[in-house]
Amino acid sequence: MDTVVDMAKAIKIQAKDVNVFYGEKQALNNVSIDIEDRSVTAFIGPSGCGKSTFLRCFNRMNDVIPSCRVKGSIMMGDVDVNSPQTDPVLLRARIGMVFQKPNPFPKTIFENVAYGPRIHGLAQSKTELDDMVEDSLKKAGLWGEVADRLADQATGLSGGQQQRLCIARAIAVGPDVLLMDEPCSALDPIATSVIEELISELQQRFTILIVTHSMQQAARVSQKTAYFHLGTLVEYGDTKDVFTLPKNEQTEAYISGKIG
Amino acid sequence: MNNPIEMIQPDAKTQARFEKIAQGLKKRHAASRRLKTYGIMAIVTAISFLAILLTTIISNGYTAIQQTELQIALTIPAEKLQNDDGTIDPVKARNFNWNGLIKKAFRAEFSDVTAMLDQRALGEILSKNAGYDLRRQIEAKGSIPVGEIKLWIKTSDDVDMLMKGRLDRNLDESQRRLSDQQIGWIDSLVADDRIRLVFNDTFFTAADSREPESAGVLGATVGSAMALFVTVLLALPLAVMTAVYLEYFAPPGRVTDFIEVNINNLAAVPSIVFGLLGLAVFLGFFGMPRSAPLVGGMVLALMTLPTIIIATRASIRAVPTSIRDAALGLGASRMQAAIDHILPLAAPGILTGTIIGIAQALGETAPLIMIGMVAFIVDVPATLTDPATALPVQIYIWSDSAERAFYERSSLAIMVLLTFLITMNISAVLLRRKFEKKW
Repeated sequence: MDTVVDMAKAIKIQAKDVNVFYGEKQALNNVSIDIEDRSVTAFIGPSGCGKSTFLRCFNRMNDVIPSCRVKGSIMMGDVDVNSPQTDPVLLRARIGMVFQKPNPFPKTIFENVAYGPRIHGLAQSKTELDDMVEDSLKKAGLWGEVADRLADQATGLSGGQQQRLCIARAIAVGPDVLLMDEPCSALDPIATSVIEELISELQQRFTILIVTHSMQQAARVSQKTAYFHLGTLVEYGDTKDVFTLPKNEQTEAYISGKIG
Repeated sequence: MNNPIEMIQPDAKTQARFEKIAQGLKKRHAASRRLKTYGIMAIVTAISFLAILLTTIISNGYTAIQQTELQIALTIPAEKLQNDDGTIDPVKARNFNWNGLIKKAFRAEFSDVTAMLDQRALGEILSKNAGYDLRRQIEAKGSIPVGEIKLWIKTSDDVDMLMKGRLDRNLDESQRRLSDQQIGWIDSLVADDRIRLVFNDTFFTAADSREPESAGVLGATVGSAMALFVTVLLALPLAVMTAVYLEYFAPPGRVTDFIEVNINNLAAVPSIVFGLLGLAVFLGFFGMPRSAPLVGGMVLALMTLPTIIIATRASIRAVPTSIRDAALGLGASRMQAAIDHILPLAAPGILTGTIIGIAQALGETAPLIMIGMVAFIVDVPATLTDPATALPVQIYIWSDSAERAFYERSSLAIMVLLTFLITMNISAVLLRRKFEKKW
């Protein structure tokens, strides 16, 4: 299976022959993909196709699942993500992640955003930390709503605000890649559209990988789309091509709503 | 149109199915009502047992809150106790026969009693420690009252029992601890208003004694508190670290499984076995002091460890994994995720588990007996290595004593112990509520 690469943009991440096993069960089968820099790549496919598992390979979040083994290579620049020599802590500082369900820490809004810079020792002073928090909240489009209540509990925010807070928290560490695992699946349509707009803005600065169940969302926010089915990458290409002229029958069936 | 709307009826087959379900309903509802009744019956039985238990303890023990005292008029010979400058000489005070002084003053009031045996019987009305009590009182005061003073002196425990109605006057004299003659004297004293019942402060300010009227729970309470202090100090950090390691760092495998199974087994080991272990290892091998709260605390810590480990692991697991993922996703190390996020959220559960474990340890007797905390100790322990006893052991010792007065004191000591236990459990509930609000 060959991957289609638009040479107009530089390659940020290159995954080669990635196989993932949960115990005896194989969840991903020889997935190879090139991710473009500063673009949005969407992973779509029916439930259980391995798209979330694949996303979690990029920042080694599969490490916490005891039975999970990842084989193959994922290169980000000269960093071999999957190598035992690579420190997942450093890796996760470079690759931020936003989860399916908004998961703010049960602390204040400020503390949520400040936690990342704090553990990595990024801010030298309180003012610097304040600036970082403000900057991250501005980039996540949340500053206007929370500027005067940074000391409030984050769990008191609405679902959409919580998710944007999680985005702010992720970008506060200063990563260049953002992984988003169905970031809008727990949100209403209005909050969803706010996040989608945000994703389009963030794309200027970050390489974004997004897993989504909504094909419309993939069509709206992404430049590239990868379609997964039963642990294999079936089709990968420019979003407009995948949605209008899918090369593969399975992709077409999924996109047109026959399966999935 | 005024006609009622004709509604569609289900067909005969569906109708028959509904009827069949309806027929069985009565039986099903009856079954659930029956189950509810059994449940209520079980709760009522449990509560009535508890009520019987509490009533027995309280009705046996409430009288111990008072102590009988007797008024005596006496003159303290200041010249035999003082130095030339008027201060009390401690050596003289110690050597002075205080008991003799009190007994003499008491006998003087019954001038018709002359036979030696009768005089001895008269003396038995007074507490054997009356002289000691008076000496302590004078020493604490620092000066000797001049002339004749009227003093309230503790009576012996038998008189105390008589006054509280716990000694049956109708019993044959040979089976009574007080003779008819003695009861006669007491009745005359009562008639003169020279016997009173007062609050038994000795019970809360003294350690154990051979004489019930001089015995108290303070020594045992301090011993228990010291032992529990050691227990918390040892068990809490060990248990939390073990739980964090097992939940976050332990590689899955046979070794981890083996450790887990054994922790669960330890929770079921009879406590006396921990006492034997303490005896063999702490006392035998390391040569630590016998009867010391330090060793008691260490043994109780061993016993409490599995309880706290299990509670901590359960509350760590109860923290949503999304929080852990959020921290790890930001690049927090496992340790940072555990300390910054998981443990604060698990804290109420850990705290509750700890308090329940400690409450369990507070009520534990068997392991303390094995390491010698069952000794008769008349001093309140001052350090962790002083010989001491613990509340439940004190109750055990007293309930084993022949004197009727110790019996009521052991009931009162049970009430003290229960008060501590209930306080601890309530504080566990309150702390949990307080912290859970934040989450």
